[in-house]
Amino acid sequence: MRAEAENAAGTLRLEAVALVLGGEALLGPLSITIAPSEIVTVMGASGSGKSSLLAFLTGTLDPVFAASGRVFLDGLDITDLPPEKRGVGILFQDDLLFPHLSVGENLAFALPPRVKGRRERRQAVDGALAEAGLAGFADRDPATLSGGQRARAAVMRTLLAEPRALLLDEPFSKLDAALRERFREFVFDHARARRLPTLLVTHDAADARATGGPVIDLEDGNCRPATRFSGHGTDELRAGRGK
Amino acid sequence: MAGPLRAIAGRRPRLRRGPWMGFVPWLTLFLFLVPVLLGLVGTWLPAFGYLPALGGTGLSPEPWQRLFADPSLPGALLLTVTTGFLSALLALVLAMSVLAAWHGTRLLRAVRRFLAPLLAVPHAALALGLAFLLADSGWLVRLAFAAGELMGLAVPRRPPMLGLANDPNGIALTFGLALKETPFLLLMSLAALGQIRVERTLAVARSAGYGPVTAWVKTVLPQLYPQIRLPVYAVLAYSLSVVDMALILGPSTPPTLAVLVLRWFNDPDLSLRFMAAAGATLQLCIVLAALALWYGAERLVVRCCRPWLSAGGRGGPGRATRGVSGLAIGLAGAMFAAAILAMAVWSVTRRWRFPDALPAQWSAATWAETLPVLAWPAWTTLWAGLAAAGLALVLTIGCLEYEDRAGVRPSTRALWLLYVPLLVPQIAFLFGAQVLLVLLRLDGTAPALIWSHLMFVLPYVFLALSDPWRALDSRYARTARCLGLSPGAVLLRVKLPMLLRPLLIAAAIGFAVSVAQYLPTIFAGAGRLTTLTVEAVGLAGGGDRRVIGMYAFAQSVLPLAAFALALAVPTMLYRRRKGMSP
Repeated sequence: MRAEAENAAGTLRLEAVALVLGGEALLGPLSITIAPSEIVTVMGASGSGKSSLLAFLTGTLDPVFAASGRVFLDGLDITDLPPEKRGVGILFQDDLLFPHLSVGENLAFALPPRVKGRRERRQAVDGALAEAGLAGFADRDPATLSGGQRARAAVMRTLLAEPRALLLDEPFSKLDAALRERFREFVFDHARARRLPTLLVTHDAADARATGGPVIDLEDGNCRPATRFSGHGTDELRAGRGK
Repeated sequence: MAGPLRAIAGRRPRLRRGPWMGFVPWLTLFLFLVPVLLGLVGTWLPAFGYLPALGGTGLSPEPWQRLFADPSLPGALLLTVTTGFLSALLALVLAMSVLAAWHGTRLLRAVRRFLAPLLAVPHAALALGLAFLLADSGWLVRLAFAAGELMGLAVPRRPPMLGLANDPNGIALTFGLALKETPFLLLMSLAALGQIRVERTLAVARSAGYGPVTAWVKTVLPQLYPQIRLPVYAVLAYSLSVVDMALILGPSTPPTLAVLVLRWFNDPDLSLRFMAAAGATLQLCIVLAALALWYGAERLVVRCCRPWLSAGGRGGPGRATRGVSGLAIGLAGAMFAAAILAMAVWSVTRRWRFPDALPAQWSAATWAETLPVLAWPAWTTLWAGLAAAGLALVLTIGCLEYEDRAGVRPSTRALWLLYVPLLVPQIAFLFGAQVLLVLLRLDGTAPALIWSHLMFVLPYVFLALSDPWRALDSRYARTARCLGLSPGAVLLRVKLPMLLRPLLIAAAIGFAVSVAQYLPTIFAGAGRLTTLTVEAVGLAGGGDRRVIGMYAFAQSVLPLAAFALALAVPTMLYRRRKGMSP
């Protein structure tokens, strides 16, 4: 019953993932199951290896690390796939909009090649921009946008690539308090609307609380179930530190 | 002049200026730009018939008429343009494809480690080594014959007529140039990549489904290229106007334009100097036109590729690019190593009959006999290199320290000024500079030789030192000031010791650049001062392979030793300081 639930469609599952740096255990072993629309938070101080965990999940881990464990997405083992075959989208704390492309081109960059024709692609991009409150920004230079606008454009770029899971590497930490809350809701709403299993790493407890999902603290190794929303399948403890 | 000068001195000083240091950027600019400018004018005047010393007192178009009537000009122009463009393009494509396909791999880390020694080998030495490899009786043919013999094939006893070196189309020259310029472009690119968030940029692109090579080309290359544009232009300008490599690897009937012009400058018939000056000016025009053309091609590529960047094509796993570029860089590395080895082997050869794969008898006789003759040019090479590198280092430190104290940063326009001696063909202004030296009665003296090298050493030393200098955390200096040190003491006791490694590397690069100089040594040395490079190139035509091998090897050993010292000294001094390891 449990195994079935864990391999269910749209689920991201980490199985005993551990990272080793220079012969010393850095992180894990960690086993986490994230259901569609669920947001799980991994909390830890800087240097705790939480960004490296995300790099392992996207397949871009620096070879100085040794990693063990498996990653399943949609019931499929993606551990050994190259980054581009995984369908795992990532957002960093910097927006990383390509400075050589316009805002619209940045979004079109992520649009799958299946959307053909200049008009269709432009329409898809304009739709995404409108959804982010950036209608009419397609031809702008990303450098002329405000921090909040850039951050929203980066979210839309990540989502346009149609990922099947979303990783968030402290994407809120560079924004000021007022902007931060609204942007957080923006990201979470979009992730839930697409039923994406989402993994957030952060060192900010407020970020973790805002997810309404389970929180794994790398320091004490405890897992706290969701405290706010109860509707996101947290009645059962889905996340936990492995053996 | 005031505009660009103010550009390098910086525009708006935010802090108090160092009261006495303001002259350093000006002096530096003066030292390396004025000779270029005066040299250009001093070449243009005789190009239009004015050179009183040789009886030309009025202006006339006659030198140009003679130049364009010369039967070898069309062939020389064609050869110059094809070898120049092709070698620059080849070097750029090879460097970029290796970076794209092998990003983050062990191969690239190995390449990075070997870049410094590859750059240290002078052009002439590499060309001589390649000529040894490619000649009809060269090492490649010998090895092929030896392999054939092992397989039991009947092998002729005579060298075949392949004509790989000095081929009339300049293919050997093109490959030789590309081989020498690829490491330079790789080095500049790796430095520039440090300023771009490559890993995360690639992570974004690949998690959006892009293959590794396509991701690099679509997201990293457009950010990288603007930063290496000037080095690429320098490679193009150099390839179009190189003399020493063209003399050794290029054809002779006709040779490239720069070689043809040098031949006229050196002709016993003094009246040819006018035509030579016109040819040198034509060389300048060709380089400027080529740079303009390349710039136009850049615009065109950007315009054509822009839609492709966001059209969504994800590209494959890039295995073909990986295979081809890996093979190419491996072959290039092997050729480079074999060329150096060939020189070393020849210099200790006694008897090496064709088609033996290795010498039959070895001996140190060549070294023993030639060493006394070689010692003098080697000594000149050493002091000229040390003086030029030392002066360049002092001036560069002065400029960078002034930046810190005055709180200014030079603009991009200032960077262009730095590249002037690397973009303007040497042959286009060295004749004029020589005329100037003769007027000042300085030709053939040590200051003239050092100055002529300094022009080319300074830009490289500045490029090598400015990034690490500006990257040094300014809080160290501020901390030291708050502890009561004067600015001068901060420089001597904090900054220079912390920057010892990049300082020595920059000095080693400067020394290597000086050792490699051919044309400046010929023009400023006036036959009285000669270096290993000049001797080696002079011997190239005929001569004893053993002696050539020895000169070329000695010429490579000096800069290599400088690099070894630059790496070893800080490691030794700071062996108990983990924070100072590279």
